[in-house]
Amino acid sequence: MPRRTDVIYRYDGSFEGLLCCVYRSYYERELPAGIESAGAEQMQLYAAIDVETDIAHSARVARAIREKISPQAYGLVRRAYFTCLEEREMHILRFLRLGFAKGGAVMQMTADARVNIIYRAVRNLALEKDHMSGFLRFSDYGGILFAQIEPKNDLLPLMAAHLRSRFGGEKYVVYDRAHGRALVHGDGTDALIELDGFEPPPADGAERHIRGLWRRFYDTVAVEGRENPRCRMSHMPKRFWKNMTEFQNEKDSPERTALASDTVLQLLQLGEPKL
Amino acid sequence: MDLMEKLTVLTDAAKYDVACTSSGVDRGGGGGLGSASRMGICHSFAADGRCISLLKVLQSNACAFDCAYCVNRRSSDVRRASFTPRELADLTIEFYRRNYIEGLFLSSAVVRDADYTCEQMLETLHILRTEYGFRGYIHAKAIPGADRRLLARIGLLADRMSVNIELPSQESLRLLAPDKSRESILTPMGFVKDKIQESCTDVVRYRGAPAFAPAGQSTQMIIGATGESDLQILKLTAALYKKYNLKRVFFSAYIPMVSGSNLPAPGTPPPLLREHRLYQADWLLRFYRFEASELLDERQPFFDPLLDPKCSWALRHLESFPVEVNRADYETLLRVPGIGVRGARRIVAARKSCRLDLDSLKKLGVTVKRARYFILCSGKYYGGNLVHDAILEGLLSGNALKKYREERSGQMTIDDIMREEKQACLVGQM
Ligand code: SF4
Repeated sequence: MPRRTDVIYRYDGSFEGLLCCVYRSYYERELPAGIESAGAEQMQLYAAIDVETDIAHSARVARAIREKISPQAYGLVRRAYFTCLEEREMHILRFLRLGFAKGGAVMQMTADARVNIIYRAVRNLALEKDHMSGFLRFSDYGGILFAQIEPKNDLLPLMAAHLRSRFGGEKYVVYDRAHGRALVHGDGTDALIELDGFEPPPADGAERHIRGLWRRFYDTVAVEGRENPRCRMSHMPKRFWKNMTEFQNEKDSPERTALASDTVLQLLQLGEPKL
Repeated sequence: MDLMEKLTVLTDAAKYDVACTSSGVDRGGGGGLGSASRMGICHSFAADGRCISLLKVLQSNACAFDCAYCVNRRSSDVRRASFTPRELADLTIEFYRRNYIEGLFLSSAVVRDADYTCEQMLETLHILRTEYGFRGYIHAKAIPGADRRLLARIGLLADRMSVNIELPSQESLRLLAPDKSRESILTPMGFVKDKIQESCTDVVRYRGAPAFAPAGQSTQMIIGATGESDLQILKLTAALYKKYNLKRVFFSAYIPMVSGSNLPAPGTPPPLLREHRLYQADWLLRFYRFEASELLDERQPFFDPLLDPKCSWALRHLESFPVEVNRADYETLLRVPGIGVRGARRIVAARKSCRLDLDSLKKLGVTVKRARYFILCSGKYYGGNLVHDAILEGLLSGNALKKYREERSGQMTIDDIMREEKQACLVGQM
């Protein structure tokens, strides 16, 4: 049994960093009181230990998960890392500790609280990703597509492949306002950049025209007399609405300035590999 | 007429068509625009709660036919519009690039004749696929009576094709759609089926052979315009699945928008509850391994308005319940109300490592409120009395229960029950 301790682990916030926390927990035979990423607010009650990210250590843990538990378990944990589950690092650690004790069978122990919470979080992540794949809305700025999203989970890394396969021939920027990052896709390459407090510029006339057509389609396609607001809301939660074209009102937003597409172009260039 | 107007008229004209799923093919992007995913993606939900996945419009609503139930019929007084193939292709691309839609659902009224109509549709698809390299999803409707060669070319560009069966019997067809016949509908349906089969073997044999409607074929029929029973409809549905290898049969509650001597009067409420029950039954046929004859028979040719078909079946077969969740096989679990396909799978997986109780069932996504009447957990029964009436009362929640009691006292409307169920969005969570 690991020792319970009063220390918390502080790591660099990367997945590899988290695996290094797992490494330390085993190496020192201790269970930390918490794990937090360096940028997060500090838990003042406990002493923090900085856990260095060492690729050799994280690779060992990754291999151990695949071999001693299962490749599926590794996939699950990888996805759990992107969820918005509170104290997800600790939950992942507890899940892995159970997994190293029980082996591959842990994946079927869905009635166990430590396993269940991971599955639920990952299911919630998958659901939000599905939602976002549908509800994300691009606008065209002079040939470059721009979208703003505000997901609860950290979706950008998970959505990159889908977006690339669908819009691979386009240039696009997907800005995650909630996590302060943007996915930038230039000439066939993806990049994640830090981006905070970006305000999408207003759209030009052609873009407004298409938006108007879409809103008209949206309004017309509903069968009148069959309104069902609760059903709509349960399939498409309100929190998505504010970034969706069909619920935006063009009238009170100003016409775009000539700079608008330049602003987006600059974003795109931020993600370009530096020469 | 400007594009905004056309879009309005041609969306309005297409919207009573319910079939709008976009699933069944997986196609990665080719570096250009578009991909298709097997599960389909809902891009929005309309005010009526329906999923919006495809740009669903008619190429034109200027119809030469005169089907009595249709707003677009020749003798009807509606505004007419037609998209040029170019307009529609461009609109599809602009919507698709912005991630508004998953693709195009293209249908059309019969303009001039079936062949001319198909040519227009073909031209639209051709611009999309060949000129713009569009790889998103396309569902195209075959126009009854069109030349096979045209259908064959459409099938090579579309992911899914459908021919509307329209009405559940030949008699109804004769009565309401004088320009159509059973043959003009079933012939293209059979043709599409053969083509799909042929192309499946071709694709296996020569790599890169173009696939014909790779997402298969579906159809649709109107419910409640004519007098068929649920039993007749369900039997037809099962037969269509078998004979034509259909992927989906869609039901569309008839909304009386026009008057006609052989039709329900305008203003008659559409039979939404019936439509809902048929979809539930269809679900049971496709995923729960039920047969049509288990759900309805000559003595009971209509679905129970109060209970979904699965509960209603279970209540008629109380002798096979309760079942032990820790032991019962997968098929048996599937038949328990409150346990869905996913629930049954999860139960089978989870019980390998521990014994399941009511609480763990909840965690596995089982609707315990309904299931508890039909199951044992380690020998324990949580349903009170295993008798018909007690369970029925237990299953009917809130409004439905009130209605059930009222019905016994002789007054009842089903609208509220249905509203309740619809709001719960029950389809698929039986
Ligand atoms: S063929 Fe019949 S159902 Fe189709 S659009 Fe014309 S009138 Fe309507």
